[in-house]
Amino acid sequence: MRRLPPVAQLTVCSLSLVVTGGILMASYVPRQPPLAVPAALTAVSAVLALASGFLLSRLEQFAWPRFFLAFRWALLAYVISAGMIGFAFVRDHTRGAPLALVIVMLVIYALDVPLVIAFTVARYSSPPYASS
Amino acid sequence: MRTGVDMAGVGDVQAGTVEGASGPQRWRVEVVPLRGLPVVAAVVAFVIASIAGNWLWALTFCHVAGGALWTAVDLFVGLIVGPILGRLPAAARAEFTARFMPKMVLLMPTLVLMTLAAGFQLALKEGNLAPGNPNHAWLIASYCVVGVMAVIALGVLEPANITVLVEMRKQRPDGQVIAALMRRFIYTAGITGLMQVATLIIMTRVATQ
Repeated sequence: MRRLPPVAQLTVCSLSLVVTGGILMASYVPRQPPLAVPAALTAVSAVLALASGFLLSRLEQFAWPRFFLAFRWALLAYVISAGMIGFAFVRDHTRGAPLALVIVMLVIYALDVPLVIAFTVARYSSPPYASS
Repeated sequence: MRTGVDMAGVGDVQAGTVEGASGPQRWRVEVVPLRGLPVVAAVVAFVIASIAGNWLWALTFCHVAGGALWTAVDLFVGLIVGPILGRLPAAARAEFTARFMPKMVLLMPTLVLMTLAAGFQLALKEGNLAPGNPNHAWLIASYCVVGVMAVIALGVLEPANITVLVEMRKQRPDGQVIAALMRRFIYTAGITGLMQVATLIIMTRVATQ
């Protein structure tokens, strides 16, 4: 079996961190949450997502057309999902730095999920599973 | 819309590469059932309107109905359908999977979105998120439970679900790939079941304090 870089594992770790940060933020609503820990989790999550994207970009003999097909449809779905979550925070009067942090978390979330879906779909359409 | 590749012979997926379209049954696998999208859009619009209007009945309806369906479907599929499916012949299993999983691609995210978005707004409206409220700690526990389920669902199960459907659309689906991906559902069923039982305990506590 062909060994691929740990794109899915890194992305799921990134997603876990951003979900944890989101839970920390949400647990303080309607008060102003302390931002240090959620910001640190978000930063590490962003680094993992970037590392995942970097490793992915170096792949050769990969089913890129299938990756992008899955990625763009999943992205559409998760942008809507992230938009709804963001709407709930805005509706609940989250403003300033907490809102900015929530938006960064939602951007990571909306990229992580399509990335892991598209990577999983494309890896099984790439050699040795397919000759594309 | 039915644009997939013929699925005849997909029943042999457990045995390895499926041979071409030679069987009596011919159907096409949809990854996302497009006919269901207007229903999803209507549900999402209803949830947004409920939150925007802070409408108590609608928030309660979305949270209770969505949550009940989410938990029930999860437990029913994990504890009842899954074990039965595991004992079926490979052909029946593949046919069931090809028809069942596209519906889950739309159903589960919609139920989750409906339950969580309405539930958060409802908790806020009812004052359950206030630090002094006896339900506050229970709700934080429910966030953690939902967090675990979200990571499993979004990071592990959904990619597997969609990949299985994409594999089944191929002219020669690889049975080993499908079997390997379906194992993810078996491995995570226990955790998901435990989390759903925890949700039931937490939510009944919250409702009765």
